Amino acid sequence: MSNLSVDHLLGIKYLKKSDIDLIFKTADNFKKIINQPIKKVPSLRDITIANLFFENSTRTKLSFELAEKRLSADVINFSSASSSVKKGETLLDTVNNILAMKVDIVVMRHPNPGASVFLSRNIDAKIVNAGDGAHEHPTQALLDAYSIREKYGEVEGKKVVIIGDILHSRVALSNIYCLQKLGAEVKVCGPSSLIPKHLDTLGVTHFSDLKKALEWCDVANVLRIQLERQDVNYFPSLREYSMVYGVNKEVLDSLQQEITIMHPGPINRGVELSSDVADSKHAIILDQVENGVAIRMAVLYLLAGKIKNN
Amino acid sequence: MIEQRQILNQHDIELTIERLCQQLIEHHGDFKNTVIIGVQPRGTFLSNRIIAKLQSLIPNSTIESGNIDISFYRDDLMRREEPIVPEVMDMNLSVEGKNVVLIDDVLFTGRSIRSAIDALMAFGRPKSVELLTLIDRRFSRHLPIQPNYVGRTIDAIESERVIVEWKEINGKDRILMVKSE
Repeated sequence: MSNLSVDHLLGIKYLKKSDIDLIFKTADNFKKIINQPIKKVPSLRDITIANLFFENSTRTKLSFELAEKRLSADVINFSSASSSVKKGETLLDTVNNILAMKVDIVVMRHPNPGASVFLSRNIDAKIVNAGDGAHEHPTQALLDAYSIREKYGEVEGKKVVIIGDILHSRVALSNIYCLQKLGAEVKVCGPSSLIPKHLDTLGVTHFSDLKKALEWCDVANVLRIQLERQDVNYFPSLREYSMVYGVNKEVLDSLQQEITIMHPGPINRGVELSSDVADSKHAIILDQVENGVAIRMAVLYLLAGKIKNN
Repeated sequence: MIEQRQILNQHDIELTIERLCQQLIEHHGDFKNTVIIGVQPRGTFLSNRIIAKLQSLIPNSTIESGNIDISFYRDDLMRREEPIVPEVMDMNLSVEGKNVVLIDDVLFTGRSIRSAIDALMAFGRPKSVELLTLIDRRFSRHLPIQPNYVGRTIDAIESERVIVEWKEINGKDRILMVKSE
């Protein structure tokens, strides 16, 4: 099979395992391409992609834009900070105005969960969700799982713990769906105030002790504390959080086995991850960034294959 | 009804490959500045045969080679039912300043070779690029592309298909012309 079962990438929830395998296989090829002397391929010539970022982003936006340019697509960028959204325009109006400029694919980040699903039902373009509120961030989960596959050869049977602010994290939810579909075992770790109530319905259990979590896992995916999303105080202070849940060299050295550390970035150095861990050989954080471009190229390529020209 | 006719059998293919190798040697001598590139997926079987034959004809030679995947360099992504599943890009070399021989089994519209030339340029600026093909379906080109080395030239109409079978995947070497009505 060489076609995705979906027309849009709205969330990992909607993908089949065969879709994820196809994206990974395609990304393997793109990873080779982006390590060639000339990294640009003409696959998406004449395709126009709009990057609509209604919420701040640096690395996801750069990664998407680079992937689009390496595929030779025409790219337009939009960020809400400097737009008519501030003047009261609705999402649908904004997007329809952009689509009137003949855009084929929309990559969107939006603060409201479900914004990309809403868009996919109302407009005629392929949608890639680049993060919608605390709902999903599918390309991040794909690149995380892809990085685990690259490190260990496969994802199946691996034990992955996601540490930190699970409540506000779209990365955590997408990661849980993706890793479980690929046959990995997923648990979370963090203060109970930052663990969503109904997580057990996804078959995910919770460690409150960091050391126990790290002893159990092969891979620890450490999330950023998202202070900007926290409307009330979920823990007494950053310093206290760091003392209890911060991953540092001391705790890693005390483990029986060597584990892999991942982080979706940006890192709050000294809060969830200490500098000596972030820069150590345990961390595959920069591999994640490189793989992000290959994964996004694969997703855009496969979705563009669903656009019919005539 | 499907009508099929054998164009070349195993023995014919062996003879043809030998002749093509002799022609290559005539033009490239010891292959010091030559790179042989098979076009994925089906050109690689022919290219492997050619390299093995060349090595037996000119002992002690080392022939630089690679296989190029053209999936992302094609121009028909939005015109196909399904995207092509890419093959391995096996190009651990630079073609900068080299004489390149591109190898594919059947030359039909010339579009794959156009993509292959495009893909090749991502690995440097070759001194020259030549094309070797086992079967040349003449009069069916969409682009001005002609082979330098040809196994067999055939005339076939649009509805006819040429199928190249290799021992490695089909059990024996043979080339068929298939006509479906």
